[in-house]
Amino acid sequence: MVFSEEKMNEVNRLIASYPQGKQKSAILPVLHLAQEVNGGWLSTEAMDYVASLLQLDPIEVYEVATFYSMYNLHPVGKYIFEVCQTGPCMIKGSDDIIAYIKEKLNIGIGETTKDGMFTLKAVECLGACGYAPMMQMGKTYREHLTREKIDQIIESCRSMNN
Amino acid sequence: MSEDLFKVTIDNITIDVPPGTTILQAARKIGGDVTPPAMCYYSKLKDSGGKCRTCLVEVSKGSEKDPRPMPKLVASCRTTVMDGMEVKNITSPKAMEARKGVVEFLLINHPLDCPICDQAGECDLQDLSYGHGNEGSRFEFQKRVFEKHDLGPYIQLHMTRCILCYRCVFVADQLTEKRQHGILDRGERAEIATYISKSLEHDFIGNVIDVCPVGALTDKTFRFKNRVWFTKPVDAHRDCDKCAGLVRLWLRGDEVFRVTVRRDEWGEVINTPEGKPAWICNECRFEKKKESDWIIEGPTHINRHSVIAQGHYEGLKMPNEFLPEVIGKKPRLFLNIHDVSEVNRPGIDLSLIEGPATSDDFENPKND
Amino acid sequence: MVKLLLENAQKEGIRFLKTYRENGGYQSLEKALKMAPDNITEEVKVSGLRGRGGAGFPTGLKWSFLAKPENTPRYLVCNADESEPGTFKDRFLMEFIPHLLIEGMIISSYALGSNRSYIYIRGEYAWIVDILRQAIEEAKQNGYLGKNILGSGFDCEIFVHPGAGAYICGEETALLESLEGKRGNPRIKPPFPAVKGLWNCPTVVNNVETIAAVVPIIKMSGAEYAKIGVGRSTGTKLISACGNINKPGVYEIDMTISVEDFIYSDEFCGGIANGKKLKACIPGGSSVPILPANLLLKTAKGETRYMNYESLSDGGFATGSMMGSGGFIVLDEDQCVVKHTYTLAHFYRHESCGQCSPCREGTGWMERILKNIETGKGKMSDIDLLWDIQSKIEGNTICPLGDAAAWPVAAAIRHFRDEFEWHVLNPEESQKRNYGLANYASPLALVS
Repeated sequence: MVFSEEKMNEVNRLIASYPQGKQKSAILPVLHLAQEVNGGWLSTEAMDYVASLLQLDPIEVYEVATFYSMYNLHPVGKYIFEVCQTGPCMIKGSDDIIAYIKEKLNIGIGETTKDGMFTLKAVECLGACGYAPMMQMGKTYREHLTREKIDQIIESCRSMNN
Repeated sequence: MSEDLFKVTIDNITIDVPPGTTILQAARKIGGDVTPPAMCYYSKLKDSGGKCRTCLVEVSKGSEKDPRPMPKLVASCRTTVMDGMEVKNITSPKAMEARKGVVEFLLINHPLDCPICDQAGECDLQDLSYGHGNEGSRFEFQKRVFEKHDLGPYIQLHMTRCILCYRCVFVADQLTEKRQHGILDRGERAEIATYISKSLEHDFIGNVIDVCPVGALTDKTFRFKNRVWFTKPVDAHRDCDKCAGLVRLWLRGDEVFRVTVRRDEWGEVINTPEGKPAWICNECRFEKKKESDWIIEGPTHINRHSVIAQGHYEGLKMPNEFLPEVIGKKPRLFLNIHDVSEVNRPGIDLSLIEGPATSDDFENPKND
Repeated sequence: MVKLLLENAQKEGIRFLKTYRENGGYQSLEKALKMAPDNITEEVKVSGLRGRGGAGFPTGLKWSFLAKPENTPRYLVCNADESEPGTFKDRFLMEFIPHLLIEGMIISSYALGSNRSYIYIRGEYAWIVDILRQAIEEAKQNGYLGKNILGSGFDCEIFVHPGAGAYICGEETALLESLEGKRGNPRIKPPFPAVKGLWNCPTVVNNVETIAAVVPIIKMSGAEYAKIGVGRSTGTKLISACGNINKPGVYEIDMTISVEDFIYSDEFCGGIANGKKLKACIPGGSSVPILPANLLLKTAKGETRYMNYESLSDGGFATGSMMGSGGFIVLDEDQCVVKHTYTLAHFYRHESCGQCSPCREGTGWMERILKNIETGKGKMSDIDLLWDIQSKIEGNTICPLGDAAAWPVAAAIRHFRDEFEWHVLNPEESQKRNYGLANYASPLALVS
């Protein structure tokens, strides 16, 4: 995995936002970029690449990548449904939403559909408690979820892919 | 009292220490039971400590200037003393209760397989649970287990036993140029690993074995070869171009079973005459397993309370007793053995009796 | 009711500098740059502003602790890692009026002497990162950021740093570690960030709402700000209300309103949804003690409880709770406290950094026991065991996450022990149903 010139400019811009010699600070945003370029997950190769860009020992990158929950360390589907299951979402019916997605896509939590389209994850509070139940999909939040909304979302993902 | 020193009182025993001293270091100067146990702190590793919470103590008086007590128990390894500070360790029911809790937390996921663990007999967690833990466990769930990782030909990592003291990470950080292992994942799934299977390679990486307080990192050249209490430790040295060559050999007969650093009474590596920690290199540790490789200085002095002391009568050290000072009077014994038994007369020194003791020795004591 | 932060939040185009300025934006900055930095700190002190992230520590005092050694940079870091379950107020503020935060950041940076300030925002708020970066760019183009701001001689840059999914990074020293590109392990204190913070330099870490509140304080003066509210709860507070209420959302209150009014009046939560009764409420984010309806609306002394720091904590943990971060979670009569507590225990187990043993081991243990009780596999002795475990975590950990994990469990047992016992005594039913004792709460008069 290598970054395009455009991504490299982004990396350099990120590094420049920290004082000289503190490029390690850029590790979180650069890992986000690497994950995006690498198809939604961080392979060992991708992490080693980030380590070389930031002049770090690979283990420093592994330590960080395994700590934060937004980094996927295994391949994922094209669309990731990250449904919040913490208290405030639970009382508004997140259990039901998770069960419905499981049934509809025929996958369990942490699994990906056979066609590689969807991954289901149960995650912790995303700061959208007033708009529960909700899930994160890529860069955006889908809030006030209902079964019908899930149907629509899945449908639009499929049609976008066709 | 010198102007430059701070006066600190720990469990009613007062001592003067230089500013910057931690409570734990001050307590170690006093010694004995007054010293809180430490599972993660290692004075010779920068930034270590604060994590295991076994050394929590109560500060009942902050300082002469600000005598307010500290609201919470503090980690004595990372809290520096103030002039006039008063600390309660074994005299604080709150600290003792918290410590009991910490021991329980450390044990709930720790395999209780001491009979098959190489660390048994020199395990800090074993000592800690014996001294401060409850009998039995209230944890009724499956214990956490990890897959075994291979760290190369010399070092065995058994992550399931790890208590995440971070000492081995500090060793790699501070003794080697390139750290290859670290802490992965987080929370209760946090583990010591290399992420991709990798053998740890550096001349001084073997020291991770000696700093490990439990049986998570063990010496592959010694594993399952012997129990530590059957081996006899002697202090030895050799000329080494990599390290100071000051080691401890663990012998059985003439056979060198294991080579480790020399440890002080707190289980930490001793200093060289130049005042630097006497870490040893892999060559001394793993390759020099013949008695002829070494110049033996003599038997190691072992605390009488250690199981390793069994079978060795030379050089045993009687631990200091501090109870009278802590409670301010001589403790009253519930039962004085000498009141009910003729056998163990106080004047009789058993070690002076030649051969097996007989009733004659007690009836006609030579040294009464 | 007076609104200082969200007054213009719903105006069209307020996200952009032009509209923001048309509504009085950046006037406080212009005023502040003519003041001496220490005088700004003084105004903040006088205002009585308390940290809005949860701890409620006086902000002016925190600023005055900042060490100022020569030739060492100082940093202001904004804590936008809003992750406390029930809390989504900072998100609202940043999403709708980002320039309020940026203006507050510039004023605070000037007061503290920070030429390089950071906004550490949780990674999941990815689209807000873009909003903030755009706002910063706009501010730069208009001379509010960069070199020699508005001719004052003060230079300042603001950078947005996204996190990557870790609740613990809301703890200020974990946040700093994360900002340095490390695992979010909280540091052992002392030293405090005011002396050794980001890259070992003196640092102030403040919550989004705290920094935003500096703007109206400068505009109206600290003394005027202090007149709003009551006692030591001055100014306005953002409350994010969620759960079983008719109108979940973010509300700005002036801390003189009663809890009952807040829940039942149409201006705010609009009452309990679906005509149900109020059972319990966690008034300040998931870490603070849950209160049953009767103790929520009235203190143990029988006095009306108000939405402010002092009143919410009246009675201590025995009969009170905390203002916390203002995450107001309402549970109706159908909700099961055991299950809710279990999801929170799951959350804290998942978010523990794993550094210190009481938290690493204790949070997982509590979660497992709660799961057993919730699914009808619990024993009576488990309830006492839970109590004992939480008491051994509380106060004994490196950072407040241990307390945050222990308090919800303690409070649930303290106030809803019968519900735990019901689960133990009715194992079959508790496996079938999600809730324990309906109608737990005593019926309460609705506000007309």
